Order: sequence, then C-alpha cells, then structure tokens
Amino acid sequence: MNNTPWWASEDVWRKIAVWITAFMFVVLIFLTFDSVSKITAGSERVPPYSVINKRIGYEFNAERNMQVPVIGEQAPLFGQALTEEEAEALVTHGKKVVQGRNCMNCHTLLGNGAYFAPDLTKAWLDPAWGNEASRETLMTMFLKDPTNNARTFGSGRKMPNMNLTDEETRAVIAFLKWMSSIDTNGFPYNFKTIQQEG
Amino acid sequence: MAIGVLDSANLNGGQKLAVKYFTAAVALFVAQILFGILAGLQYLMPEFLYNVLDFNVNRMVHINAMIVWMLFGFIGAVYWLIEDEAGIEVVGLKLGNLAFWLFTSAVTVVVVVYLFIQTGPGTDTTRWLINEGREYIEAPRWADIGIVVCMLIFFYNAAATFMKGRWSGISGVLVLDLVALAGLYLAGMFYVTNISVDQYWWWWVIHLWVEATWEVLVGCIMAWGLMKTLGARRKIVTTWLYIEVALMFGSGILGLGHHYFWIGTPEYWFSIGGFFSALEPIPLVAMVVHAVYDSGVHRFKNANHPALAWLIAHAFGNFFGAGVWGFMHTLPQINLYTHGTQWTSSHGHLAFFGAYATINIAVFYLAIQKWRGNVWMAGGLADNGWKWKWSLALLNIGVVGMTMALLIAGYEQSFIERAVGGSTWSGYFAAQTNPWFMQGMWWRQLFGWVTAAGVVLLVWDLVTIGRGETRAAEMPEVEAPEPGGAAATAGA
Repeated sequence: MNNTPWWASEDVWRKIAVWITAFMFVVLIFLTFDSVSKITAGSERVPPYSVINKRIGYEFNAERNMQVPVIGEQAPLFGQALTEEEAEALVTHGKKVVQGRNCMNCHTLLGNGAYFAPDLTKAWLDPAWGNEASRETLMTMFLKDPTNNARTFGSGRKMPNMNLTDEETRAVIAFLKWMSSIDTNGFPYNFKTIQQEG
Repeated sequence: MAIGVLDSANLNGGQKLAVKYFTAAVALFVAQILFGILAGLQYLMPEFLYNVLDFNVNRMVHINAMIVWMLFGFIGAVYWLIEDEAGIEVVGLKLGNLAFWLFTSAVTVVVVVYLFIQTGPGTDTTRWLINEGREYIEAPRWADIGIVVCMLIFFYNAAATFMKGRWSGISGVLVLDLVALAGLYLAGMFYVTNISVDQYWWWWVIHLWVEATWEVLVGCIMAWGLMKTLGARRKIVTTWLYIEVALMFGSGILGLGHHYFWIGTPEYWFSIGGFFSALEPIPLVAMVVHAVYDSGVHRFKNANHPALAWLIAHAFGNFFGAGVWGFMHTLPQINLYTHGTQWTSSHGHLAFFGAYATINIAVFYLAIQKWRGNVWMAGGLADNGWKWKWSLALLNIGVVGMTMALLIAGYEQSFIERAVGGSTWSGYFAAQTNPWFMQGMWWRQLFGWVTAAGVVLLVWDLVTIGRGETRAAEMPEVEAPEPGGAAATAGA
C-alpha cells in the first residue's frame, strides 16, 4: 500500500497511541502526587481527625464563590475532647463500620454510592437534627433504632436496623462529623446548616 | 462434524474454555437483572423485603453481578479468539481451566455471603471475609486476592500464547491493556480511613477500568469481530484500533478528573477533568464511524446476523450511553447539581449496557454458531429468527426506557433536591416524593420488566438458535497478521 498517506498509516498511529498514552499517564502520576499531598488528613483541605473536637460550619466564601467548611471553637463530640490519636482511632472505627454495614449501597458519601437514601457528606450539619443541643442524642437514637425513629417525609423509605453497638454508633457519628469538615469545593451546593452557636 | 448439533469437537482448546466463561456470564447476567428488579421494586414498595433483603444488598448484587459477568465475557472473548489470532494452542490451558473454576467458586461464595451474612462489625475481619463496603469493589479481600491470581493466570496465558505463536496489532494492544487492567485493580485493595484518599484511589479502579482499559479491550474485540463477521481487512481495523487507543487514553486518563470535583481534591481538577472528559466521546464517535463504514463497504453481507446486529448496537450504545450521557453532566458547572442523583444511574444503565453488554452478547452469538459446527445464522432462519430479533428489540427498548425514566427523575431531583433544597435530608425527600420522581420510578420498573423479558428470550435463543439447521455458514476468512510486519513488533 504505497499510496497510503502518512496520516492514515498504521505505523504512524501506533506510535501516536503509545506516546499519547505514556504522556497522559506521566501527567496523571504527577498530578496524583500533588493531589494526594493536598488531601492527607491534617492538610488545609482535609482537616486532622481531631477536628471532631471543634465546631464545624459550612459558610459562603465570596472569594471562592462557594460554601466552604469553617472550623470554629472547641465543641468536643459528646462533650469529650480527644487527643489526635484517640480521634483518629474513633474515626477509623467509624469508617470501618460504614464499610462493614455497606452504607454506600443506599447512601452517597461525597456524592458517591447509591441513591436510595440521602447524601451523607454534610449529614452532621443537617437541619433535620433540630439544633446543636439535641443533635448528638437524636443521631444516636436514630442510628440505634432507625425502624422506630424513621422520618421518611412521606416516602415510606426507612433505614434498616443495622444493629449498631453503642461504641459503633459513637464511631459512626465521629466519622460523619469529620467528613463534614472536608473542603468539597462547594458540594453540596446551597446546603442550609443546622442552627449552631458561633 | 454434524451441522446444527452442539458438539465441543467443533471448538479449539481456548474456545472450550471460553464457552465455560460465557455460560457463567449468562447466569450472572440473569442474576443482575433479577436483583435489579428487586431493588427497583423497593423504590415503589419500601416495605418489600425490609430488614430481610434490603436495598443495599440487592443493589450490591445487582452491580457486582454486572461487573463480573462482563469481565467473564471479556475473558471468554479473549480465549475465544486467541488460538486463531496467535496461530497456536493456548499454552496453559489446564491452568486456565483451574483459574475458571477458582474464579467461579469464589464468585459463588461471595454472593452467598452477601445474601445470607450481608454485613459485619466494623472490624478488619469483615473487610477480609464478608464485605469491603466500597461500591463496585465490595468483594472481600480474600476474593480480591483470588481475582488477582486468576487475572495473572489469564494474563500469562494471553501473553505467553502470543509470544510463542505470533503477534498482531490487535494482540499487542490487548496484552498491554491487560497489564493495565490487572495492575489497576491493586489500587482498590488497601484500607484507608481518609475518605478523600480512599475515593481518589477507588476511582483509579472504577474509572480507569470502565472508561479506559475496558473500552480499549472492547475495541480489540470489535476489531476482531468486524474481521470475523464482515471479513473486514486487518490493516483497516488495526489502524482504527490504534486511532481509538490514542483518542481513548488521550482523553480518558485525565478524564478521570471528572470524579475529582467534589471529593476534597484541589480545584484544578475542574479544568483538567472537565476538559478531558468532555473529549471522551470522540473515540466513541470514531468507533461508530468505523463500524458503520466497514458494514457499508461490505454491504452488510455477513454470516451471523445476530452477532453483527449486536456489534452495531454496541457501536451506537457505547456512543450514546458512555459518550452522550456522560458528556451531558461531565462539566463541573452541571455536575454540581447532578452528581450522585438519578442522572448518574441513567448514565450508568445506558453506558454499561451500550458499551459492554452488547458486545458480549455479539460474541456469545459467534460462539454458539461455531459450537454448532459453523451453522447457518444469516437470513432465512427456520423461524425467521424471531427470537433473536425480539430479544434485541426488547433489551434495547427496555434499557433505553429505563434510561429515559431515570433521566427524568434525575432532572427533577437535581432541581428540587440539589438546586433548591440544598441536598439536606428534607430536600432529598422532597425530591424523592415528588410525583414526577415517582412516575420515573414506575416507568423504570416497567422497562425493567421489558429488559427481563428480553433476557429470557435471549437465553432461550442462545440455547436453540441453529438447532436442527442443516446449512453451513459461509464465514469470511480472517486475514492472518503479516509475519514479521510492523504489527508483529507491537506487543514487544
């Protein structure tokens, strides 16, 4: 096939395919190093686990033109300030419970998962928990017995009873509180938070 | 050999192994649809199987069965074509058989555990033995390791057979793609508490599989399929394959960024992810052009009508499902409102069906034809081929119907829950109880039943097509790769 123009030649396209793939992959590796360093726990975008000792807000930032998490004063979870190690252990337990109970196949976390139940990204800040004073009690009651404490807003859809122990419930709440502090570039949009002081 | 009789003497070694994979794939396809129907019903009747077989279990089996049956189909397709393509027998057939039984038993045990144990305490044991709890890759760690071992055996068989026999452009791309496919799975095999880091690597598996390496794998199968059905020329399909690889990896690797908008990762992913993922439909357009052009050149003259029909369905389904439906909500300005709504499930249904179910079904038809002694499967079938035609129609109408119903529900959800309600609990349920949303769910269920009818008919047809047929097919010869040509070095 001597009359095949260069741009239709098998050989040319093979080389292009190899070079483009290699180049894109190298760029991805480079970006991965940068991104992972910017999302380690304790970085600006993903706070340390001990953030569960603080009040967390979600406010509009005019400069970035989106809502961003705001870390406030001391407000320890269940009134008990934890060290960094204790906080990490608790959030780790919570994350493992969330995985072990397969939460992600009904809920979304950071918007990923299934769509049968509400997104949990900002569950800690949801106005459904009434106010700051009642939040921890209501969350605990709900997680311990979702069948009888269900609020389905007329949908009839109830969370199954996941038989969480007291310790597991506390850990899940800690995980949810920590997750609400992640800077998710304004997702979810237009979220109205629970009434909080400060 | 007798025509029209199912006889494994009609198959070469690789093909005998392939039909085992295809059989298991079809069984899992049926399971996928069954559990999809159960999960869909729970939207309409929330009390249905509540606290017995909850939505999270049904949905997990629904999507896991899908991933595994498609993977089984791909592995089968490679074993199907390998001996023809390499010109020799599969080097490690016994090992390949062992891997098949290992893989199939592992999948069976995993599904039984999903159904009867379902969940476990928040310990490492749960993740190792019961459920990892990460969407799509829920398989417990022991099964992950089993999958990797089976994929390595598969990779060894593919690479070593081509190495010992001969290389072609198609096999070169295929083997390099399998390296990436197996390697990427490792990115999903470790635990991390930090959910941003968790999802960062999780997407390496999910996106770089379904939006990159799987696409290239089906590109290889398509290239071979067009030679097999239409007698397309090797040089043409190989050149197209290289073009598709360049465009697919050129857009898809950094297109990964469209999953990094909202998981905690920096804002630069808005531009990178938005730009490159918006280019992802381009290779899919190339594939449509390729398939339609080749079919036209050969005036649609082919010896396996169902297979070619499903290959064409693949070309269009891939373009619309993965390409158009993905493009519709890939830009961050839109994705802010659609991310994690029924938009995503609309896209998921059409994309997985259009891109992957279709081409697997095409290969099943090629397999059954040869298994029955290269039986006639062109025009003028005994019963006018009503079963394959109707199952093609029902499956496509069913999935497109579900896609549209979910899209309408997704539009409603993105406005009411996301834009207005701010994604709070009450905003979520305001959208979920809206009549437009519920209508969408009813229509989805109805089209789910249509899809199920299509699957039943498909299975019936695969079992019966060509039975008692006495005419032999006039299959086109597949051009052998040029010995020592440019393509021969592609895999080296």
